[in-house]
Amino acid sequence: MSDLTDLGIRQIRDGVAGGDFSAREVAEAFNAAVAAAKPLNAFIVETPDHALAAADKVDQARAAGETLPPMAGVPIGMKDLFCTHGVQTTAASHILEGFKPEYESTVSQNLWNAGAGMLGKLNLDQFAMGSSNETSYFGNVISPWRRNDGGNAPLAPGGSSGGSAAVVAGRIAPGATGTDTGGSIRQPAAFVGISGIKPTYGRCSRWGTIAFASSLDQAGPMARDVRDCAIMLEAMSGFDPKDATSLDLPVPKWEEGLNASMAGKRVGIPREYRVDNMPEEIEALWQQGIAWMRDAGAEIVEVSLPHTRYALPAYYIIAPAEASSNLARYDGVRFGQRDLPEGANLQDMYAATREAGFGDEVKRRILIGTYVLSAGFYDAYFTQASKVRTLIAQDFERAWKRCDVLLTPTAPSAAFALGEKSADPLAMYLNDVFTVPSSLAGLPAMSVPGGLDKAGLPLGLQVIGRALDEQGVLDAALAIEERAGFVARPERWW
Amino acid sequence: MESTYRIKGATGDWEVVIGLEVHAQVTSNAKLFSGAATAFGAEPNSQVSLVDAAMPGMLPVPNRECIRQAVRTGLAIDAQINKWSRFDRKNYFYADLPQGYQISQLYHPLVGEGAIEIEDGDAVKTIGVERIHVEQDAGKLMHDQHPTRSYVDLNRSGVALMEIVSRPDMRSPAEAGAYLTKLRSILRYVGSCDGNMDQGSMRADVNVSVRKPGDELGTRTETKNVNSVRFVMAAIDHEAKRQVAVLEDGGAIQQETRLFNPDTGTTRSMRSKEDAHDYRYFPDPDLLPLELDDAFIEECRASLPELPDAKRKRYEALGISAYAANVLTAEVESARWFDALLDTGAAPVAAANWVTSELFGALNRLGTSIVDSPVEPGQAAELLALVADGTLSGSLAKQVFEAMLETGDAPGKIVEERGLKQTSDTGAIEAVIADVLTKNPKQLEQYRGGKETLFGFFVGQTMKAMAGKANPQVVNDLLKKALAS
Repeated sequence: MSDLTDLGIRQIRDGVAGGDFSAREVAEAFNAAVAAAKPLNAFIVETPDHALAAADKVDQARAAGETLPPMAGVPIGMKDLFCTHGVQTTAASHILEGFKPEYESTVSQNLWNAGAGMLGKLNLDQFAMGSSNETSYFGNVISPWRRNDGGNAPLAPGGSSGGSAAVVAGRIAPGATGTDTGGSIRQPAAFVGISGIKPTYGRCSRWGTIAFASSLDQAGPMARDVRDCAIMLEAMSGFDPKDATSLDLPVPKWEEGLNASMAGKRVGIPREYRVDNMPEEIEALWQQGIAWMRDAGAEIVEVSLPHTRYALPAYYIIAPAEASSNLARYDGVRFGQRDLPEGANLQDMYAATREAGFGDEVKRRILIGTYVLSAGFYDAYFTQASKVRTLIAQDFERAWKRCDVLLTPTAPSAAFALGEKSADPLAMYLNDVFTVPSSLAGLPAMSVPGGLDKAGLPLGLQVIGRALDEQGVLDAALAIEERAGFVARPERWW
Repeated sequence: MESTYRIKGATGDWEVVIGLEVHAQVTSNAKLFSGAATAFGAEPNSQVSLVDAAMPGMLPVPNRECIRQAVRTGLAIDAQINKWSRFDRKNYFYADLPQGYQISQLYHPLVGEGAIEIEDGDAVKTIGVERIHVEQDAGKLMHDQHPTRSYVDLNRSGVALMEIVSRPDMRSPAEAGAYLTKLRSILRYVGSCDGNMDQGSMRADVNVSVRKPGDELGTRTETKNVNSVRFVMAAIDHEAKRQVAVLEDGGAIQQETRLFNPDTGTTRSMRSKEDAHDYRYFPDPDLLPLELDDAFIEECRASLPELPDAKRKRYEALGISAYAANVLTAEVESARWFDALLDTGAAPVAAANWVTSELFGALNRLGTSIVDSPVEPGQAAELLALVADGTLSGSLAKQVFEAMLETGDAPGKIVEERGLKQTSDTGAIEAVIADVLTKNPKQLEQYRGGKETLFGFFVGQTMKAMAGKANPQVVNDLLKKALAS
């Protein structure tokens, strides 16, 4: 039998249920992989005992002949944006260093209820702000991938769910939670050659997830393949009365419903997603994706999403605006770090605490957000951006009259080297150009690996679907997956 | 009704323009966006949920009961109910504001235009209400617990408030006082706010400006958090006079926020417009717009009790005097008590007179309120019935009522036990009268000599001898006959 860490979610679930191996064996194998993966800096906290305890519970349940829950025996990585009871939760910030919640986020609780265990809390861009995992207070996550040019330049795993991407690609976890505000699941998934889906806004409860931009934040799974994503998304989703934006709808049986045939489906190709300076290889992969869709039986239609080019600027107004307010609670008064200089008054304490507690990118976005909400600028920026958001949603609505899903590249480039873009925030923000529009519209969207570029690095294709049509998105991604035959994996160097 | 209230300045008369923003705590067991309790006076930080403390990842969920109460309040003042409203964040940093923002409604309030009528004697004036929105209260800083540190109590953090914003329609401290009193009465009738100003359940921000009659509106100041009707009137009086003095000195009024000092009755500057916060209001992305359907609004409407104006008119239609009707309807508890009394079939006018004089007098003397009245409406009805059927005279009724207050017993029982029944037995009364005349020969002589005012003396003596139980009419008749013989 192959190494247990080579197995994905479905294989582990079925293997444990079938008695091929115990959940404890699986947990131990992944715990060992976690312990050996320190050079990737993917974990902020390791929780081997959590994984073992969950595994033992599953093994006991199986021994007792009980019906096993849908992710029984699967150990996963938890992005450190989800509050976990008694386990440090930091959002990769200094200001929350040492913060141990007295509560469990709904999404993580749903996963534990489904029989999953936790390998550890995964590194990310600080407060999920970043596209390269270079803004973490706990240091960069290093992608398990390397270019095939013989150079050893450490690469970005993407962000903000960089730790999640790194561990799934590196066979250190079979799956991991991500969160996606403007592409933070899809872009890192594309960078490391795995699958990741951001469901419709409201599918996954935001309760207990540290907020970045509330109207955009959505949790979702990152896993080796489409089926694993379907399994894990089912476990994570569901109505939560504690989140006023949660969708009060039953969770569809996405895994059961998987169907790679695109017969009778129309796949839209948005012409505005052809951007300047996009590498030829990405354009080529997109064309390949179109061919695969046609091969799967789909009709290809060109569509127009005319306001696409305003999406990124609108996003970088709305998201920082919400963030500037959401992050006001980190003030040193009730939890987390407090800096109280000698003789400081309340304002001094706020200033010192937030100066020391937030990284540069977080401060940049708080400043942007504060600015765009200020008296005299609000209408010019925030109101205008909100209107653009409506227009973008309408673009998609019109497109759905002509097609069932949209196919686009996930990111405008393959993974870049750490440090390559971190000095230029605008260049970094451009990474989100393909992922942001669907975030603004709250639509389900998924990245699935399509192939490798000349440097041997993965490239992803993005499928965007109608609101609530995660099934359509998963099905199209599955059709690509079956045709792409993507089996590349990073060679272990750590 | 045009107010004639003027401030006499050196340069002539000044008119005062007043608007009130009243913060009323919504009566609800739970906070606006969390399930934490809201009882007054609880141990510090004992009524704080994770949401109220703004722990990471916590989210607000609107409490339907708070929304319902605000809608009912809006309906009670005939206001526009906005079926689509939205919550906004008001951002500022303070230690009593855990989220770093207050969830309020700036752009799309729940309740729009309404109106409240105030009375001044026979005159009636309508004060416009611009809007009612719902918002969160903040916590409380405690500076007296430690020599160098401040403590925070988050019990109030997240408690639901209604902000009821009037039009600048008031023109005198008295009108402002009448408006606030009327508003408080309506809130208490509706049950959407307990109106306990001393507990902070209701407080007012007072906007005041002055102008020469007929001029454009002057620059206003806002005096924050004034917590009694009397203080509101005092704050207006002081602030208006201060503004007149400044203007007549050639100065200008600064748009600013001021604080009222109840000990001195004066206001002082808190912060100027330049120092004003930029609150960076924007729609709260954690909350969906609030959408109400007709059924919900109709349910709210159907749940409204009879309101003070309607009740007063109904009482007046029953023949009750305008004065008594006003007194009876001012406080919801009095009105409820009186309605219960009317429900027994008591004669309205006699009942109103008895409640406003005898009952209120007694409660006043005992230092208690009608809620804790030792006499129930049913017992009062029995007493009034005993008077109506002639069993008790007015003075006997007073005696019985005193005994009821002391013992809590029913009037019938008291009358029975103490033999307080009025007598019309002419034989017995005649015997007593004969005795009285015999014992007071001097007065009898004077009376017969023409001093007829002494008739009352004989009545008094007779009643006294009969321990007040004689029917006064019978005594009068028999006494006249005896004196004439």
